[in-house]
Amino acid sequence: MRVMVAMSGGVDSSVAAALAVERGWTVTGVTLKLWGGQSDSGCCSVSDVEDARRVSASLGIAHHVFDFSDEFDRHVVQPYVDAYAVGRTPNPCIECNRHLKFDRLLQRAVRLGFDAVVTGHHARVAAGPGGAPLVHRGRDAAKDQSYVLSMLRGEQLRRVLLPIGDLTKAEVRAIAARRGLATAAKPDSLDTCFISAAAGGREAFLASRIAVRPGRLVDHATGAVVGSVPSVQMVTVGQRRGLGAGSGRGRRYAVSVDIDRGEVRVGGRDDLLTDRLVVEDWQWTAEPAEGTRLWFQSSAHGAPAPGTVARTGERVQLHFDMPQRRPAPGQTVAAYSGDAVIGSGLVSGTRLF
Amino acid sequence: MRRVGHLPEPAAEVRLAYMDHAATSPPRPEAIEAMMPHLGRWFGNPSGSHSVARQAKAALDSARDRIAEVLGVSPLRVVFTSGGTEADNLAVLGAARKGTGPVVCPASEHHAVLEPVRASGGVTVAVDGNGVVDLAALEEAVRDGAALVSVMAVNNETGALSPLREVADLVRRRAPGALLHTDAVQAAPTFDLAELAAGFDMVSVASHKLGGPKGVGVLVTGSEHLPLVLHGGAQEGGRRPGTQDVAGAVGMATALEASARHRAAERSRVGRLRDVLSERIRASVPAAVETCADVPRAPGHLHMRFPGMEAEEILFLLDEKGVCASSGSACASGASRPSHVLSAMGIPEAEVRSAVRFSLGWTTTADDVEQTAEAVAAAVGQLLAAGSRACV
Repeated sequence: MRVMVAMSGGVDSSVAAALAVERGWTVTGVTLKLWGGQSDSGCCSVSDVEDARRVSASLGIAHHVFDFSDEFDRHVVQPYVDAYAVGRTPNPCIECNRHLKFDRLLQRAVRLGFDAVVTGHHARVAAGPGGAPLVHRGRDAAKDQSYVLSMLRGEQLRRVLLPIGDLTKAEVRAIAARRGLATAAKPDSLDTCFISAAAGGREAFLASRIAVRPGRLVDHATGAVVGSVPSVQMVTVGQRRGLGAGSGRGRRYAVSVDIDRGEVRVGGRDDLLTDRLVVEDWQWTAEPAEGTRLWFQSSAHGAPAPGTVARTGERVQLHFDMPQRRPAPGQTVAAYSGDAVIGSGLVSGTRLF
Repeated sequence: MRRVGHLPEPAAEVRLAYMDHAATSPPRPEAIEAMMPHLGRWFGNPSGSHSVARQAKAALDSARDRIAEVLGVSPLRVVFTSGGTEADNLAVLGAARKGTGPVVCPASEHHAVLEPVRASGGVTVAVDGNGVVDLAALEEAVRDGAALVSVMAVNNETGALSPLREVADLVRRRAPGALLHTDAVQAAPTFDLAELAAGFDMVSVASHKLGGPKGVGVLVTGSEHLPLVLHGGAQEGGRRPGTQDVAGAVGMATALEASARHRAAERSRVGRLRDVLSERIRASVPAAVETCADVPRAPGHLHMRFPGMEAEEILFLLDEKGVCASSGSACASGASRPSHVLSAMGIPEAEVRSAVRFSLGWTTTADDVEQTAEAVAAAVGQLLAAGSRACV
């Protein structure tokens, strides 16, 4: 079997490559050049490419660099900016997986005669109830990345191999250390790879691409103006930081954002709770019987909440068993049956509601 | 030290066809042999006064004389550098320091000229559809004088020749105070630079494109033309401080002599091979477009666009078959990057990404051409069969 390993220069994909070699597959390492601008870490810098190259050399595999920076800008960075501009909160890693790693790269790998693409995601691919492959949670619950792969379809999953999904992060690092891989002790990357904290973070990045506007903070219950924010586009529903100390009524959260009026309504935790959620672009990878109890997860490491899916014509709604904190519009919601991802979509609307 | 595994590719049974001479040319055996003593027992620093130093100095002087002889200039004008990039930088940055006007170059120059010109606040001049400097635009750019005009002899990506004689005439007429510099790195293997760059004040040459070692080159210049850029010792007549690489200089001199000796015959031999390769590729891929096919070109360059396909994919498949070619334009990460040369020529972005440069040289044989032509046909066929967006 010939496989192409997507190597970010991190420890997970390094070990994925090592395991692919160990299994006797014919392995080629590839690093994607995604971002040409400033970055603190992530998968885009020259030093990360060098790390991937070193690991490839020590594994005895060929290594290539593909320049996908145009597509990255078109499918990940620009939509990220556009989403914030209209009051949605995007998941750039999901879009990158959707458009770059598991579409553009996967198609290229097939054209170049490879049987599959290997990545270092902490997730597993296994047959679902109908026999079709489904994304399953990785063994290490704290590192599970099934959520960011939740949009993968069967035809993609048939050509995707995730060799570290059966390992804990500690085991991954132990393998890397035992093999003397250059990336064994490299820290995990956590932040958005195209945004540099040193250059002012998300705020400065968005300000360089859209005209950010100041906004006023309005008490959700009384309508009184209680403060201000430097840029209303930057506020995400559910956010607590940067909204002032509050008015002595406990923690305050952004419960809605009206970009046109430059207004953020703030309220208590209860104001964020909802038992229903309208979603859009909902796709099943394995559609369950109506009314089946599923678990919904709306952030990379968020706690899943139980509920059911109700479809009325085109409109899909999630019904939670217990009221949940409202995820921000634009966020992905993944539906799990046990460990398997069986559907996903986006939280509907803008932050204005 | 980390353990480094065996190098996987190309597999032992794959024959290599090296078609990337414009990136670097395989070292000539005589150059390697000439260098060896200077890497070992003749290790002296040429700036010293004792016998070991004098021996090194003699070797360096001899190398300088031999290079000057081939280039048709006085040895006093030959300044050793670390290569083409440093030679270009010394010329551009040195001239910019004189403050007698802007430094000027065409938009299709190598980055080794383009970047120092930009860094000095210089002017870039438009090029025509073949990437060749637009003389009217150049005339306009130097209307109020210039400190330096730098025009490459042969474009590294396309192989197109610049009209250096016309450039020299124009600049002498319109901006008599300007220094004339040419980056002749790509021209040196196949052209007589004394003839090609007649009338130029400064010429850059890199050893490794000639079959000499990397890390050494020369800038031909006059002492009055070169304000100091690097500060240090008084080596190279005070124009370029730092202990000289004697072995490199000897290797470069030997490689330059070897290439000059065979120049005329090689020019037609390599040119014929290039034309055969072009015909073979166009026969198997009718939609392929040969860049700069109708203008004077260096004999070893074959630059092809494969509309609807991606060079990264073609190069990947060629590499698997032992064919070493390139896009002609790479970035720090090793990825191909969209070529500023092709963009300046007005070639659409998607087509820029489809460009592959084959560059032939002194080691290239008919077998290499055959292997390359077959590998291109196979690669394009595979990509088409796999549903490439190609309209080929």
